[in-house]
Amino acid sequence: MFLEIITPDKKVFAGEVTSVMVPGAKGQFQVLKNHAPIISTLINGKVKVKTASGTQNFDVKGGVIEVLKNKVIVLAESV
Amino acid sequence: MANLKEVRIRITSVNSTQQITKAMKMVAAAKLRRAQDAIIQMRPYASKLKEILENVAESVDASGSGVYAKVRPVNKVLIVAVTSNRGLAGAFNSNIIRTVNRLIGDTYKDQVKAGNLKVLAIGRKASDFYSKNKNLYAGNHNDVYSNLNFNSVATIAEEIMQEFANGNYDKVVVVYNQFKNAAVQYVITEQLLPITPPERKEATKAVNDYIFEPSQEQIVLDLIPKSIKTQLYKAILDSNASEHGARMTAMSKATDNAGELIKELKLQYNKARQAAITNEILEIVAGAEALKG
Repeated sequence: MFLEIITPDKKVFAGEVTSVMVPGAKGQFQVLKNHAPIISTLINGKVKVKTASGTQNFDVKGGVIEVLKNKVIVLAESV
Repeated sequence: MANLKEVRIRITSVNSTQQITKAMKMVAAAKLRRAQDAIIQMRPYASKLKEILENVAESVDASGSGVYAKVRPVNKVLIVAVTSNRGLAGAFNSNIIRTVNRLIGDTYKDQVKAGNLKVLAIGRKASDFYSKNKNLYAGNHNDVYSNLNFNSVATIAEEIMQEFANGNYDKVVVVYNQFKNAAVQYVITEQLLPITPPERKEATKAVNDYIFEPSQEQIVLDLIPKSIKTQLYKAILDSNASEHGARMTAMSKATDNAGELIKELKLQYNKARQAAITNEILEIVAGAEALKG
């Protein structure tokens, strides 16, 4: 599935990933392939991105995530 | 006929002026490119945020909710005037000030009479102009340009939103130069608060059956401040790009004008030089004639 992490200043990450862990407003949750469409707000915390070549962590400060048809978009105010 | 030396001095001075304007044009062009990049960088964020907001607002009646959407009778108005810190950018700053003055003198004259209109200056040119009038002046944020990023603009937006929520202002408008291209900028008056509710797209509703966390209403309430910040950030980025575009155009014209001036002065100089030579020859010939006789 395809993940994009976007802030107003720049695009932080864009690429194929196997899983994403995000700090949702109602608790941390993981997004895997074929996840149901979801829109959730995020609190301050870590976004853990798992790709074929390893894991990457991003500290986000508030934001929102949208998952739709294996396309994940994280809008963060700052990373 | 003008003095040879005088003309030579003027040519040198116009030449050095031309060098300065040329350098300023080059600097403005480089800065313009960077400012344009910043606009392009923030565009995906802005459009995506708008899209999500529309998706969420689609099935929930969010237009009436939230403090930032509340439409009150317009008693107290805040005008955010976005100018630059530096001058020499053509009509860039005076256009903004003229538009703000028109708002003050015409659209909101009743509020001005009651002392309920304030101007918040972003950029030294606006703060210089409006700080003279203590009844209108609400402060400035001139330092935002020294490190222009989303966070510094978000702080300003939060301040404005807080004032609006507290009821200190009933309406907030932003006046800024919208960037079209290097030569063309439009002065735009945009309403920042209360927000205009997101448009609702009915058609796609069945296709995207989203799970909402924590709840649709809460998401809308969370996203609206973000979209207000983004709107202000966009205005300031646009204004920044417009400033460099306007300066580039102004300096390019100044360089051309200086070139023309030099051309004219050179012609004048050569004419004077020629006349002096002719005079000298005349004298020599007359002298020789006199000796012969």
